[in-house]
Amino acid sequence: MRYISNTPAQQREMLGVIGVASVEDLLVRIPPKARLSRPLNVPAAMAETDLVRHLRGLAARNASADDFACFLGGGAYDHAIPSPIDHLISRGEFFTAYTPYQPEASQGTLRSIFEYQTMIAELTGMDVANASLYDGASSLAEAALMAHAVTGRAGIVLSRGVNPLYRQVVETYGEGPGLRLKSAALADGATDPDALKKAVGDTTAAVVVQYPNFFGCLEDVRGAAGIAHAAGALLIVVADPVNLGLLAPPGALGADLVVGEGQGLGVPMSFGGPTLGVFAAKQELVRRMPGRLVGATVDLDERRGFVLTLQTREQHIRREKATSNICTNVALCALMATIYVAIMGKRGMRKVGELSVAKAHYAAGALSAIPGVRLRFAAPFFKEFTLQLPKPPERVVKRLAKDKILAGLPLKALDRQYRDCLLVAVTEKRTREEIDAYAAALGAAVA
Amino acid sequence: MPAARAAYDTLVFELSSPGRFAYSLPACDVPVSDPAALLPPAHLRETPPELPEVSEVDVIRHYSRLSLMNYAVDTHFYPLGSCTMKYNPRINEDMARLAGFARLHPLTPEAGSQGALQLMHELARDLAEISGLDEVSLQPAAGAQGELAGVLMIRAWHLARGERRSKVLIPDSAHGTNPASTALAGYSVVQLKSDDNGEVDLADLERHLDESVAAFMITQPNTLGLFESRIHQITELCHAKGVQVYMDGANFNAILGITRPGDLGFDVCHFNLHKTFTTPHGGGGPGAGPVGIKAHLAPFLPSPVVVKRADDGGYALDWNRPQSIGKLLAFWGNFGMLVRAYAYIRTMGPDGLRAVSENAVLNANYILKRLEGDYDRATRGPCMHECVLSARRQKKLGVSAMDIAKRLLDLGFYAPTTYFPLIIEEALMIEPTETESKETLDQFCDAMIQIAREAESDPQVIHDAPVTTPVRRLDQTLAARQPKLRWTASG
Repeated sequence: MRYISNTPAQQREMLGVIGVASVEDLLVRIPPKARLSRPLNVPAAMAETDLVRHLRGLAARNASADDFACFLGGGAYDHAIPSPIDHLISRGEFFTAYTPYQPEASQGTLRSIFEYQTMIAELTGMDVANASLYDGASSLAEAALMAHAVTGRAGIVLSRGVNPLYRQVVETYGEGPGLRLKSAALADGATDPDALKKAVGDTTAAVVVQYPNFFGCLEDVRGAAGIAHAAGALLIVVADPVNLGLLAPPGALGADLVVGEGQGLGVPMSFGGPTLGVFAAKQELVRRMPGRLVGATVDLDERRGFVLTLQTREQHIRREKATSNICTNVALCALMATIYVAIMGKRGMRKVGELSVAKAHYAAGALSAIPGVRLRFAAPFFKEFTLQLPKPPERVVKRLAKDKILAGLPLKALDRQYRDCLLVAVTEKRTREEIDAYAAALGAAVA
Repeated sequence: MPAARAAYDTLVFELSSPGRFAYSLPACDVPVSDPAALLPPAHLRETPPELPEVSEVDVIRHYSRLSLMNYAVDTHFYPLGSCTMKYNPRINEDMARLAGFARLHPLTPEAGSQGALQLMHELARDLAEISGLDEVSLQPAAGAQGELAGVLMIRAWHLARGERRSKVLIPDSAHGTNPASTALAGYSVVQLKSDDNGEVDLADLERHLDESVAAFMITQPNTLGLFESRIHQITELCHAKGVQVYMDGANFNAILGITRPGDLGFDVCHFNLHKTFTTPHGGGGPGAGPVGIKAHLAPFLPSPVVVKRADDGGYALDWNRPQSIGKLLAFWGNFGMLVRAYAYIRTMGPDGLRAVSENAVLNANYILKRLEGDYDRATRGPCMHECVLSARRQKKLGVSAMDIAKRLLDLGFYAPTTYFPLIIEEALMIEPTETESKETLDQFCDAMIQIAREAESDPQVIHDAPVTTPVRRLDQTLAARQPKLRWTASG
């Protein structure tokens, strides 16, 4: 049998050592009426060649970003992934290891996580970052719970510029602890400061803004920080770390917690998961953080070494009093991000941002020059922007798919108010040629 | 004392040299490239982040050398109880990397993601069959998130029936995530005592069952590696009081094709695809924690649900779930892990899956038999896929479970899980998995017996361990007292 090492002869020998006649004799504690008396009704075993043919067939039915020019964003982005990442994370020493609970035998993983924490702290402008959470949305939910625990308040005020899918996850996580979610409306694409002020009060645990926001627009983070702090609330900023080589770091703008989706840092889109939940905080909040933390220490010979630390926050020690229920995180995706940032370095991180911004603005210009097409918001944007179309965006998207263009995300399903809008993302990977082809196809589609 | 191996002790920041770089980016092919001309200055970073400046060969060598400082399933036997560290098939890795999967945007229109949705639909169906449950959500990112989803569905079910229940019962042998997830779902946790063989104490359970209890959450087989043989009584007692029964499926590797949670009376069960279904552990994740439920909980499943359309046989995400507990992740689940698990289930087929569990049980019992003379057993009778020993005999000689774990590292093995379950003194929890051969098990047992002898004759060699690893025992207290959680140039 595949992946089972013992031969029938060895199995018999082992049964002999144990002193039983068959494996059945080892299963005696399972009551007869609990036993499954038939084979599982799952498809018969496939040889590798057949399996590959079958899965290639399924994969071929998907519109991959290798075959389509991908202008989709909304929380996942087609940024370039440097070749060394997959080679390195494919080393069995990394991907077949467990959580580094035995530090002497896990220094490779621990050191890479320590590097990751440093890189995320640098990019976000925060003091400390954890070893990762599941994804951007669950990181935001954890941040909201943490703000609730730190302030003893239950109100979470989310800007309407926060990804609506993230908001749904905060609602799910907030159900048990009784978080009360409020919204602050936008004014022309960015959070309306007056609406925000009105929504925030003395029961507000945290204010959440996304930077740039779901619609692509840049927010006044400093202003939001002022409003949050004046009410004794924390400011949570949702940010995409791949932008932060160029964009002002939220830590410098007054954020208390920075969370986000790190998929852009060398992690494949993979239909949305696994991705990378980024979580960074100010120093004074470190003991309330969710998730694993790696710290530096010394061994018996005073040599530098690394361990999982401050574990008294975590579920395996604190059980129902833990800061979070998380155990498994996304360590291998964090390793992808670590290698990505090492490859890009100080200058490459900035250049990725510059190229994305330049191409996004070129695309916005070319697309909004089409008669009937306009930019929905006047606020400045980064690598993503919202178009208003004269024809239903769903139909336009369908039409452009025939030209192998993933034109963007129609917003109707997420917010009816924007039913004539299309969210378009442009990364450094898109070429002028692809953008021009997109503009030509869109022009034809809405004509 | 033998000197520890000369270690590589460099962080990537310490390789940095100004002006060196590894990236390759396209030239700007659009007219305006200066961000200062496109963005208001307040939004631009003033000082660059302190990131490394290294070459590609630096990167490759650095991370290759770091990798060599790990023990992994690929390099060492990894008998970590409760974690199911089995071999991770390479074909699964290849399949997850097919461009149609790996480079698929989650918001691609349904017409362009039919293959992915079909795979998810079929995997959910297979997991439902394997568990004897009616529906499965693939969205949870890991076991703990599956638990949260499961408990929230139970909560929603009670509320929909007009019942506000406040407590969840959990045995004292449970994984820490059980009480943590339950508390997060808004319940208070009541810990139940196990009986003298580590099983659910029925009398204690009955005493606690009343209309304030929402659920009973247990691991089956339990964390002592025992099948809870009175499971039907347990689920019947619970249901009689309107209490839902949740199965932590961490130990599913023991029961594939042998017995099914749904047939045992469980209402909810989560899977750990990174344990039972060979998706790699990745140094701590990502995993995937699908959650299965009986039909009465289906209205509350996380949204969206992958469905097969009746009209054209196509696949879709169904968002119209008014009673759903909501979303757990931004998107649909850890799809890359789902591809791997799907490939594994297709590779094994029904007979293969059953053989997995039979051999996992055989291997664990073989270890138990070979070691029961030198270590105290925690339980009576045969075990399932893992066995729990106690080092209390060695402890009397001054050698703890942790000492034994460290000595194993020197002898070429990763350590068993130690000090868990919490109810066993000096616990050593050993899970060999079915992918290991008798030869490997014998080498491991020989090492364990050697350590038991050393505890009597030469305990110092155990106390000094490990000495062959890149570092020796590390000062955990210092790390926690003066947390140093990021690199700085000043050291």
